[in-house]
Amino acid sequence: MKILVCISHVPDTTSKINFKDDNSKFDSTGVQYVINPHDEFVLTRAMWFKEKQGASLTVVNVGDASSEPTLRKALAIGADDAIRVNAEPTDGFYVAKQLAEVIKNGGYDLVLAGRESLDYNGGMVPGMIASLIDYNFVNACIGIDVEENQVTATREIDGGKEVVSTELPLIIGGQKGLVEDKDLRIPNMRGIMMARKKPLQVVEPIDTNTTTASISFDKPEPRSACKMVDSDNLDELISLLHNEAKVI
Amino acid sequence: MSVLVFADNSEGKFKKNAFEVTSYGKKVAEMTQTNLVVLTINADNVSELANYGAEKILKVSNDQLKDFNAKAYADVVKQAAEKEGADIVIIDSSSNGSYFAPLVAVNLEAGYASNAVELPSSISPFVIKRKAFSSKAFNNTEIKTSNKVIGLSKNSFGLVENSVNTNEEDFTPTLSDDDFNVTFKSVEKATGKVSIADADIVVSGGRGLKSGENWGIIEELADVLGAATACSKPVSDLGWRPHSEHVGQTGKPVSSNLYIAIGISGAIQHLAGVNSSKVKVVINTDPEAPFFKAADYGIVGDAFDVVPRLTEKLKEFKANQ
Ligand SMILES: Cc1cc2nc3c(=O)[nH]c(=O)nc-3n(C[C@H](O)[C@H](O)[C@H](O)COP(=O)(O)OP(=O)(O)OC[C@H]3O[C@@H](n4cnc5c(N)ncnc54)[C@H](O)[C@@H]3O)c2cc1C
Ligand SMILES: Nc1ncnc2c1ncn2[C@@H]1O[C@H](COP(=O)(O)O)[C@@H](O)[C@H]1O
Repeated sequence: MKILVCISHVPDTTSKINFKDDNSKFDSTGVQYVINPHDEFVLTRAMWFKEKQGASLTVVNVGDASSEPTLRKALAIGADDAIRVNAEPTDGFYVAKQLAEVIKNGGYDLVLAGRESLDYNGGMVPGMIASLIDYNFVNACIGIDVEENQVTATREIDGGKEVVSTELPLIIGGQKGLVEDKDLRIPNMRGIMMARKKPLQVVEPIDTNTTTASISFDKPEPRSACKMVDSDNLDELISLLHNEAKVI
Repeated sequence: MSVLVFADNSEGKFKKNAFEVTSYGKKVAEMTQTNLVVLTINADNVSELANYGAEKILKVSNDQLKDFNAKAYADVVKQAAEKEGADIVIIDSSSNGSYFAPLVAVNLEAGYASNAVELPSSISPFVIKRKAFSSKAFNNTEIKTSNKVIGLSKNSFGLVENSVNTNEEDFTPTLSDDDFNVTFKSVEKATGKVSIADADIVVSGGRGLKSGENWGIIEELADVLGAATACSKPVSDLGWRPHSEHVGQTGKPVSSNLYIAIGISGAIQHLAGVNSSKVKVVINTDPEAPFFKAADYGIVGDAFDVVPRLTEKLKEFKANQ
């Protein structure tokens, strides 16, 4: 089985989010970048496939050279090789087109992506890829088993979960549940040393259009100070929630 | 030209989502001076949609579509959009909606703006505000294509009553076997419980509750309020509560009307996922807990003392309503 894991490179979850150039651009000053947390879960699940079912494991990112440390980290965790499509990931459709091309050329049977990137929260790349190259698709995937060509997958739905069956070739938008937090792997020294020697291929993007453009950013309105209520005066809280906030 | 809204249902019944996207679609149709068409699949009774401005309703009845199927649903929406000449398609952000909306976008060669929180701020160019950076900011996105797909973030627009006369029409899409390559096998739903996605009120507990055995006070409070229960990430990692209750940046997003956080410190990753709830109440022993800075109402106190008393008071309050 040939597996491809799509890795998006996002600000660390503790980052303070700021903008520059009149709020038109994200300000990356002082921001640490990491593997998108959902992608970390799918990568770990992919490692299990590699170790237990003898799959090959490639990781891919659409991004400029600054995302190479993120790809190297994925190699240090255990991926066999990496591909970087040398382009700015300006819009979900553009990224999906680039990744679809990589998948077609590489003939991957199973493509694992995350449910959403924690930067632009698009939640669109995996579904778009599926549609572009006609792969089966399961989103919000929290469990997956593959036997030969047959796949059983679990997806999260509002208020529960659902089991579906399908076949390879398949792409998923995955998240925690595929593996748990305690299973996530931290690169060790040997992994880091080996990662330096593993192939990281840089490919040029195909020519394609974007469908959306980021115009500007806003920060949420500063909120008014929290009203403190004495713990011996719970009637006041109920009254505030009923009369002022009108939520009960 | 027209605006096409997909109004989802659960076992034939519409949920609030369906009325919210219809209300929103009606306004978008007014802004673009076109008509609103609402598409339903296997809904029992579509007449309720008329209260929110559905001028025309397309009704699909098809047993093959009984269980949600992203590819098939995307195919149906595409055919409906083409039939109606719709250039704007609006879908909710439920687990089903966000699953199949990207497929619709590719089918229609449309740009897709997910997690939209407002009406478009301009029509030409078409610019819409959407959540980004896990609600730490908003991104104003231009959709450049002539067809457009909008994913409306839950509870961001609300319901707007707007009674109209509707015209109902049966619609029979053409489906192919290819649409059903992912097949439904079974579902497991937490019965009798409000889901986080559907809840107007969410009561959430953190590590401050010390153990999973102490969740009774959270559940009782949630019961009185008709609320869903949720928890912080460490609580689900410790196995005190199921993972499906984990909310925050890496868990489920919460955008309820009221979010009550009990024994939760308010770490940035937790806040990122719950910030878009309208009103937040915090109960915490530590007056310095960061969550107070992000809350509307706060009580400094011990959960084991405050929560049971609050539950009792709310019972009285509800009884007198
Ligand atoms: C990559 C990444 C992603 C993450 N994603 C998420 C996420 O999605 N969601 C999430 O929640 N976290 C997430 N976290 C974890 C987050 O950083 C915090 O560790 C977590 O939210 C803390 O949970 P907590 O508030 O329950 O526990 P704590 O931080 O331990 O806080 C417990 C609170 O309870 C209070 N308390 C103690 N006793 C009582 C009492 N008797 N009554 C009332 N209050 C009491 C304390 O004063 C304290 O404020 C993530 C972390 C990382 C690194
Ligand atoms: N620039 C990118 N390079 C590689 N994979 C990506 C990129 N952007 C998004 N993805 C993948 O698509 C998933 C969903 O991203 P998004 O649609 O941007 O929310 C991510 O979790 C990644 O697996």
